[in-house]
Amino acid sequence: MLGLQALSDSLAVLAAEGEGGGVHFPPIDHIVKWPAAFGDGQFWAFNKIGLISLIAMVVPAIFFFLAGNKAKLIPGKLQNVAESAIDFVEQQIVLPAIGPDGMRYLPMLTAMMFFIWVGNMFEVIPTAHMPANARMAGPAMLALLALVMFVGVGLKHNGLHYLKEALFPPGVPVALYIIVTPIEILSTFLIRPFSLAVRLFANMLAGHILLVTFSVLTITLTNTLSPLIVAAALSFPMLVAFTAFEFMVAFLQAFIFALLTAVYIGSALHPSH
Amino acid sequence: MNSISTAVHTISQAFPEGATAAEAKGIAAATNAGLAYGLAAIGPAIGIGYLVGQSVQAMARQPEAAGQVQTTMFLGIAFTEALALIGFVVFILLKFV
Repeated sequence: MLGLQALSDSLAVLAAEGEGGGVHFPPIDHIVKWPAAFGDGQFWAFNKIGLISLIAMVVPAIFFFLAGNKAKLIPGKLQNVAESAIDFVEQQIVLPAIGPDGMRYLPMLTAMMFFIWVGNMFEVIPTAHMPANARMAGPAMLALLALVMFVGVGLKHNGLHYLKEALFPPGVPVALYIIVTPIEILSTFLIRPFSLAVRLFANMLAGHILLVTFSVLTITLTNTLSPLIVAAALSFPMLVAFTAFEFMVAFLQAFIFALLTAVYIGSALHPSH
Repeated sequence: MNSISTAVHTISQAFPEGATAAEAKGIAAATNAGLAYGLAAIGPAIGIGYLVGQSVQAMARQPEAAGQVQTTMFLGIAFTEALALIGFVVFILLKFV
Protein backbone atom coordinates (compact mmCIF):
# COMPACT_ATOMS: atom_id res chain seq x y z
CA MET A 1 0.00 0.00 0.00
CA LEU A 2 2.85 2.34 0.89
CA GLY A 3 4.45 1.70 -2.48
CA LEU A 4 1.20 2.49 -4.27
CA GLN A 5 0.92 5.72 -2.29
CA ALA A 6 4.46 6.72 -3.26
CA LEU A 7 3.72 5.81 -6.86
CA SER A 8 0.60 7.94 -7.04
CA ASP A 9 2.43 10.80 -5.30
CA SER A 10 5.23 10.79 -7.84
CA LEU A 11 2.68 10.43 -10.65
CA ALA A 12 1.03 13.59 -9.35
CA VAL A 13 4.45 15.30 -9.22
CA LEU A 14 5.17 14.16 -12.78
CA ALA A 15 1.80 15.46 -13.96
CA ALA A 16 2.27 18.76 -12.11
CA GLU A 17 5.60 19.39 -13.83
CA GLY A 18 3.58 19.93 -16.96
CA GLU A 19 5.61 21.02 -19.96
CA GLY A 20 8.91 20.55 -18.17
CA GLY A 21 8.50 16.84 -17.47
CA GLY A 22 6.00 14.09 -18.00
CA VAL A 23 5.64 11.71 -20.87
CA HIS A 24 6.02 13.32 -24.25
CA PHE A 25 4.32 11.01 -26.66
CA PRO A 26 5.21 12.00 -30.21
CA PRO A 27 2.28 12.98 -32.45
CA ILE A 28 1.27 10.31 -34.94
CA ASP A 29 2.83 12.25 -37.82
CA HIS A 30 6.27 11.94 -36.26
CA ILE A 31 6.18 8.16 -36.05
CA VAL A 32 4.75 7.22 -39.45
CA LYS A 33 5.49 10.14 -41.77
CA TRP A 34 8.99 10.33 -43.17
CA PRO A 35 10.44 13.28 -45.06
CA ALA A 36 11.25 12.55 -48.68
CA ALA A 37 14.91 12.06 -49.53
CA PHE A 38 14.26 13.59 -52.94
CA GLY A 39 11.32 14.55 -55.11
CA ASP A 40 9.31 15.99 -52.23
CA GLY A 41 5.67 16.48 -53.20
CA GLN A 42 6.10 14.73 -56.54
CA PHE A 43 4.68 11.34 -57.39
CA TRP A 44 8.22 9.93 -57.53
CA ALA A 45 9.05 11.13 -54.03
CA PHE A 46 11.30 8.63 -52.30
CA ASN A 47 11.43 8.24 -48.53
CA LYS A 48 12.20 5.60 -45.92
CA ILE A 49 9.08 3.60 -46.77
CA GLY A 50 10.12 3.48 -50.42
CA LEU A 51 13.63 2.36 -49.45
CA ILE A 52 12.28 -0.40 -47.18
CA SER A 53 9.86 -1.57 -49.87
CA LEU A 54 12.73 -1.65 -52.36
CA ILE A 55 14.84 -3.74 -49.96
CA ALA A 56 11.84 -6.02 -49.31
CA MET A 57 11.57 -6.54 -53.06
CA VAL A 58 15.28 -7.05 -53.78
CA VAL A 59 16.34 -9.22 -50.83
CA PRO A 60 13.97 -12.19 -51.43
CA ALA A 61 14.60 -11.93 -55.17
CA ILE A 62 18.38 -12.18 -54.71
CA PHE A 63 17.94 -14.93 -52.12
CA PHE A 64 15.77 -17.12 -54.33
CA PHE A 65 17.91 -16.35 -57.39
CA LEU A 66 21.11 -17.42 -55.62
CA ALA A 67 19.39 -20.50 -54.22
CA GLY A 68 17.78 -21.57 -57.46
CA ASN A 69 20.44 -20.45 -59.91
CA LYS A 70 22.60 -23.52 -59.52
CA ALA A 71 20.01 -25.96 -58.18
CA LYS A 72 21.53 -29.34 -57.44
CA LEU A 73 19.99 -32.72 -56.75
CA ILE A 74 21.65 -32.73 -53.34
CA PRO A 75 20.82 -29.25 -52.05
CA GLY A 76 23.39 -27.04 -50.39
CA LYS A 77 22.67 -24.89 -47.35
CA LEU A 78 21.07 -21.98 -49.21
CA GLN A 79 19.05 -24.22 -51.50
CA ASN A 80 17.84 -26.18 -48.48
CA VAL A 81 16.46 -23.04 -46.82
CA ALA A 82 14.80 -21.87 -50.04
CA GLU A 83 13.29 -25.28 -50.67
CA SER A 84 11.82 -25.50 -47.18
CA ALA A 85 10.39 -21.99 -47.60
CA ILE A 86 8.69 -22.96 -50.86
CA ASP A 87 7.61 -26.26 -49.35
CA PHE A 88 5.98 -24.31 -46.51
CA VAL A 89 4.00 -22.18 -48.97
CA GLU A 90 3.01 -25.31 -50.87
CA GLN A 91 1.93 -27.35 -47.86
CA GLN A 92 0.37 -24.60 -45.74
CA ILE A 93 -1.11 -22.23 -48.32
CA VAL A 94 -1.54 -23.61 -51.82
CA LEU A 95 -2.66 -27.20 -51.20
CA PRO A 96 -5.21 -26.54 -48.40
CA ALA A 97 -6.62 -23.35 -49.94
CA ILE A 98 -6.65 -24.03 -53.69
CA GLY A 99 -5.75 -27.67 -54.27
CA PRO A 100 -3.27 -29.42 -56.59
CA ASP A 101 -4.29 -27.29 -59.59
CA GLY A 102 -3.25 -24.16 -57.69
CA MET A 103 0.45 -24.95 -58.02
CA ARG A 104 0.77 -22.46 -60.88
CA TYR A 105 -0.01 -19.64 -58.42
CA LEU A 106 2.79 -20.76 -56.08
CA PRO A 107 5.41 -18.31 -57.44
CA MET A 108 3.05 -15.36 -57.04
CA LEU A 109 1.99 -16.33 -53.52
CA THR A 110 5.60 -16.98 -52.46
CA ALA A 111 6.73 -13.62 -53.82
CA MET A 112 3.79 -11.88 -52.13
CA MET A 113 4.44 -13.52 -48.77
CA PHE A 114 8.17 -12.81 -48.74
CA PHE A 115 7.74 -9.23 -49.90
CA ILE A 116 5.28 -8.57 -47.08
CA TRP A 117 7.33 -10.48 -44.53
CA VAL A 118 10.62 -8.68 -45.20
CA GLY A 119 8.76 -5.33 -45.26
CA ASN A 120 7.17 -6.17 -41.92
CA MET A 121 10.43 -7.33 -40.36
CA PHE A 122 11.81 -3.81 -40.57
CA GLU A 123 9.51 -3.05 -37.66
CA VAL A 124 11.94 -4.84 -35.32
CA ILE A 125 15.22 -4.38 -37.20
CA PRO A 126 17.29 -1.79 -35.31
CA THR A 127 18.03 1.54 -37.02
CA ALA A 128 15.01 1.01 -39.30
CA HIS A 129 12.17 0.41 -36.81
CA MET A 130 9.45 1.12 -39.32
CA PRO A 131 7.28 -1.52 -40.98
CA ALA A 132 6.79 -0.69 -44.64
CA ASN A 133 3.19 -1.85 -44.41
CA ALA A 134 2.24 0.60 -41.65
CA ARG A 135 1.37 3.05 -44.44
CA MET A 136 -1.85 2.31 -46.27
CA ALA A 137 -0.45 2.62 -49.81
CA GLY A 138 1.53 -0.64 -49.81
CA PRO A 139 -1.22 -2.90 -48.42
CA ALA A 140 -3.82 -1.18 -50.63
CA MET A 141 -1.79 -1.91 -53.76
CA LEU A 142 -1.22 -5.51 -52.69
CA ALA A 143 -4.93 -5.95 -52.01
CA LEU A 144 -5.77 -4.48 -55.43
CA LEU A 145 -3.34 -6.99 -56.91
CA ALA A 146 -5.15 -9.78 -55.08
CA LEU A 147 -8.52 -8.46 -56.32
CA VAL A 148 -7.36 -8.31 -59.94
CA MET A 149 -5.82 -11.75 -59.53
CA PHE A 150 -8.88 -13.57 -58.22
CA VAL A 151 -11.36 -11.85 -60.51
CA GLY A 152 -9.03 -12.53 -63.44
CA VAL A 153 -8.64 -16.18 -62.49
CA GLY A 154 -12.40 -16.56 -62.15
CA LEU A 155 -13.10 -14.94 -65.52
CA LYS A 156 -10.32 -16.86 -67.25
CA HIS A 157 -11.27 -20.31 -65.97
CA ASN A 158 -15.03 -20.06 -65.62
CA GLY A 159 -15.93 -17.21 -67.95
CA LEU A 160 -19.15 -15.35 -67.26
CA HIS A 161 -20.29 -18.35 -65.25
CA TYR A 162 -17.95 -17.02 -62.51
CA LEU A 163 -19.82 -13.71 -62.34
CA LYS A 164 -23.14 -15.53 -62.31
CA GLU A 165 -22.02 -17.75 -59.42
CA ALA A 166 -20.55 -14.80 -57.54
CA LEU A 167 -23.54 -12.49 -57.96
CA PHE A 168 -26.41 -15.00 -57.98
CA PRO A 169 -25.39 -17.84 -55.65
CA PRO A 170 -27.34 -20.99 -56.50
CA GLY A 171 -29.94 -22.40 -54.14
CA VAL A 172 -31.43 -19.04 -53.14
CA PRO A 173 -35.12 -18.27 -53.80
CA VAL A 174 -35.43 -15.86 -56.73
CA ALA A 175 -37.16 -13.12 -54.73
CA LEU A 176 -34.28 -13.03 -52.27
CA TYR A 177 -31.79 -12.01 -54.99
CA ILE A 178 -32.92 -8.41 -54.41
CA ILE A 179 -31.14 -8.62 -51.05
CA VAL A 180 -28.49 -11.24 -51.76
CA THR A 181 -26.96 -9.79 -54.93
CA PRO A 182 -26.03 -6.35 -53.50
CA ILE A 183 -24.59 -8.06 -50.43
CA GLU A 184 -22.56 -10.40 -52.62
CA ILE A 185 -21.27 -7.53 -54.77
CA LEU A 186 -20.23 -5.65 -51.63
CA SER A 187 -18.64 -8.59 -49.88
CA THR A 188 -16.79 -10.04 -52.86
CA PHE A 189 -15.53 -7.03 -54.74
CA LEU A 190 -15.33 -4.37 -52.04
CA ILE A 191 -15.03 -5.83 -48.56
CA ARG A 192 -12.58 -8.59 -49.54
CA PRO A 193 -9.79 -6.29 -50.79
CA PHE A 194 -10.62 -3.65 -48.19
CA SER A 195 -10.36 -6.06 -45.28
CA LEU A 196 -7.19 -7.60 -46.75
CA ALA A 197 -5.54 -4.18 -46.86
CA VAL A 198 -6.86 -2.96 -43.51
CA ARG A 199 -5.87 -6.19 -41.72
CA LEU A 200 -2.22 -5.87 -42.75
CA PHE A 201 -2.07 -2.09 -42.34
CA ALA A 202 -3.78 -1.91 -38.93
CA ASN A 203 -1.80 -4.82 -37.49
CA MET A 204 1.53 -3.29 -38.46
CA LEU A 205 0.51 0.24 -37.39
CA ALA A 206 -0.77 -1.06 -34.05
CA GLY A 207 2.46 -2.96 -33.46
CA HIS A 208 4.52 0.08 -34.37
CA ILE A 209 2.56 2.35 -32.03
CA LEU A 210 2.83 -0.26 -29.28
CA LEU A 211 6.62 -0.40 -29.58
CA VAL A 212 6.85 3.41 -29.73
CA THR A 213 4.66 3.70 -26.62
CA PHE A 214 6.79 1.37 -24.54
CA SER A 215 10.04 2.89 -25.86
CA VAL A 216 8.91 6.40 -24.94
CA LEU A 217 7.70 5.17 -21.55
CA THR A 218 10.97 3.39 -20.80
CA ILE A 219 13.11 6.36 -21.86
CA THR A 220 10.99 8.80 -19.85
CA LEU A 221 10.99 6.59 -16.77
CA THR A 222 14.74 5.95 -16.80
CA ASN A 223 15.41 9.68 -17.22
CA THR A 224 13.17 10.69 -14.35
CA LEU A 225 14.65 11.23 -10.89
CA SER A 226 11.46 10.41 -9.00
CA PRO A 227 10.77 7.01 -7.36
CA LEU A 228 8.84 6.20 -10.53
CA ILE A 229 12.14 4.95 -11.94
CA VAL A 230 11.31 1.51 -10.51
CA ALA A 231 8.41 1.32 -12.99
CA ALA A 232 11.00 1.20 -15.78
CA ALA A 233 11.74 -2.31 -14.51
CA LEU A 234 8.21 -3.16 -15.66
CA SER A 235 8.05 -1.22 -18.92
CA PHE A 236 11.41 -2.38 -20.30
CA PRO A 237 10.59 -6.12 -20.14
CA MET A 238 7.27 -5.27 -21.76
CA LEU A 239 9.17 -3.60 -24.60
CA VAL A 240 11.32 -6.72 -25.06
CA ALA A 241 8.29 -9.00 -24.90
CA PHE A 242 6.35 -6.95 -27.45
CA THR A 243 9.38 -6.91 -29.77
CA ALA A 244 9.36 -10.71 -29.66
CA PHE A 245 5.60 -10.66 -30.21
CA GLU A 246 6.02 -8.41 -33.25
CA PHE A 247 8.48 -10.91 -34.76
CA MET A 248 5.59 -13.36 -34.72
CA VAL A 249 3.00 -10.84 -35.95
CA ALA A 250 5.23 -9.80 -38.87
CA PHE A 251 5.37 -13.37 -40.10
CA LEU A 252 1.74 -14.19 -39.26
CA GLN A 253 0.37 -11.22 -41.20
CA ALA A 254 2.44 -12.09 -44.29
CA PHE A 255 1.23 -15.69 -44.00
CA ILE A 256 -2.41 -14.69 -43.56
CA PHE A 257 -2.27 -12.25 -46.47
CA ALA A 258 -0.95 -14.96 -48.80
CA LEU A 259 -3.36 -17.54 -47.35
CA LEU A 260 -6.41 -15.33 -47.86
CA THR A 261 -5.32 -14.46 -51.40
CA ALA A 262 -5.04 -18.18 -52.05
CA VAL A 263 -8.48 -18.80 -50.56
CA TYR A 264 -9.99 -16.12 -52.79
CA ILE A 265 -8.22 -17.53 -55.86
CA GLY A 266 -9.43 -20.99 -54.87
CA SER A 267 -13.03 -19.81 -54.57
CA ALA A 268 -12.78 -18.20 -58.01
CA LEU A 269 -11.24 -21.33 -59.49
CA HIS A 270 -13.82 -23.71 -58.01
CA PRO A 271 -16.92 -21.54 -57.56
CA SER A 272 -19.22 -24.41 -56.64
CA HIS A 273 -17.40 -25.07 -53.35
CA MET B 1 -29.29 1.37 -26.04
CA ASN B 2 -30.71 4.66 -24.85
CA SER B 3 -28.74 4.50 -21.61
CA ILE B 4 -25.51 3.96 -23.58
CA SER B 5 -26.09 7.00 -25.76
CA THR B 6 -27.01 9.01 -22.67
CA ALA B 7 -23.78 7.88 -21.03
CA VAL B 8 -21.75 8.81 -24.11
CA HIS B 9 -23.44 12.20 -24.17
CA THR B 10 -22.76 12.74 -20.46
CA ILE B 11 -19.09 11.77 -20.83
CA SER B 12 -18.53 13.94 -23.87
CA GLN B 13 -20.31 16.87 -22.21
CA ALA B 14 -18.25 16.64 -19.02
CA PHE B 15 -15.65 19.23 -19.96
CA PRO B 16 -13.75 21.16 -17.34
CA GLU B 17 -14.90 24.71 -16.79
CA GLY B 18 -13.24 27.27 -19.03
CA ALA B 19 -12.11 24.82 -21.72
CA THR B 20 -11.68 26.40 -25.11
CA ALA B 21 -13.49 25.00 -28.13
CA ALA B 22 -10.33 23.27 -29.42
CA GLU B 23 -9.68 21.67 -26.03
CA ALA B 24 -13.28 20.55 -25.80
CA LYS B 25 -13.00 19.00 -29.26
CA GLY B 26 -9.80 17.22 -28.25
CA ILE B 27 -11.39 15.85 -25.09
CA ALA B 28 -14.45 14.66 -26.98
CA ALA B 29 -12.25 13.06 -29.66
CA ALA B 30 -10.10 11.24 -27.12
CA THR B 31 -13.10 10.03 -25.10
CA ASN B 32 -15.05 8.80 -28.08
CA ALA B 33 -11.99 7.26 -29.70
CA GLY B 34 -11.34 5.19 -26.60
CA LEU B 35 -14.99 4.25 -26.41
CA ALA B 36 -15.09 3.28 -30.09
CA TYR B 37 -12.09 0.99 -29.84
CA GLY B 38 -13.26 -0.51 -26.57
CA LEU B 39 -16.67 -1.37 -28.00
CA ALA B 40 -15.15 -2.69 -31.22
CA ALA B 41 -12.84 -5.02 -29.30
CA ILE B 42 -15.58 -6.80 -27.29
CA GLY B 43 -17.07 -8.92 -30.07
CA PRO B 44 -13.83 -10.06 -31.73
CA ALA B 45 -12.35 -10.83 -28.30
CA ILE B 46 -15.21 -13.21 -27.51
CA GLY B 47 -15.07 -14.60 -31.05
CA ILE B 48 -11.33 -15.30 -31.07
CA GLY B 49 -11.47 -16.81 -27.60
CA TYR B 50 -14.25 -19.18 -28.62
CA LEU B 51 -12.59 -19.97 -31.96
CA VAL B 52 -9.17 -20.81 -30.52
CA GLY B 53 -10.73 -22.74 -27.65
CA GLN B 54 -12.68 -24.92 -30.04
CA SER B 55 -9.60 -25.37 -32.24
CA VAL B 56 -7.51 -26.51 -29.27
CA GLN B 57 -10.24 -28.97 -28.38
CA ALA B 58 -10.32 -30.27 -31.95
CA MET B 59 -6.53 -30.62 -32.01
CA ALA B 60 -6.52 -32.42 -28.66
CA ARG B 61 -9.17 -34.85 -29.82
CA GLN B 62 -7.59 -35.47 -33.21
CA PRO B 63 -3.87 -34.64 -33.15
CA GLU B 64 -3.38 -36.03 -36.68
CA ALA B 65 -5.66 -33.29 -38.05
CA ALA B 66 -3.76 -30.56 -36.17
CA GLY B 67 -2.21 -29.00 -39.28
CA GLN B 68 -5.50 -28.62 -41.08
CA VAL B 69 -7.25 -27.28 -37.96
CA GLN B 70 -4.44 -24.78 -37.44
CA THR B 71 -4.69 -23.39 -40.98
CA THR B 72 -8.46 -23.06 -40.66
CA MET B 73 -8.01 -21.47 -37.24
CA PHE B 74 -5.71 -18.77 -38.64
CA LEU B 75 -8.23 -18.11 -41.42
CA GLY B 76 -11.01 -17.73 -38.86
CA ILE B 77 -8.89 -15.47 -36.67
CA ALA B 78 -8.09 -13.29 -39.68
CA PHE B 79 -11.78 -12.86 -40.46
CA THR B 80 -12.77 -12.30 -36.84
CA GLU B 81 -10.12 -9.78 -35.92
CA ALA B 82 -10.87 -7.67 -39.01
CA LEU B 83 -13.68 -5.96 -37.07
CA ALA B 84 -11.40 -5.11 -34.16
CA LEU B 85 -8.83 -3.73 -36.59
CA ILE B 86 -11.43 -1.55 -38.28
CA GLY B 87 -12.26 -0.31 -34.77
CA PHE B 88 -8.58 0.48 -34.29
CA VAL B 89 -8.52 2.42 -37.56
CA VAL B 90 -11.57 4.37 -36.40
CA PHE B 91 -9.70 5.10 -33.18
CA ILE B 92 -6.75 6.48 -35.15
CA LEU B 93 -9.06 8.53 -37.36
CA LEU B 94 -10.95 10.01 -34.40
CA LYS B 95 -7.91 10.66 -32.26
CA PHE B 96 -5.32 11.90 -34.70
CA VAL B 97 -7.00 13.10 -37.88
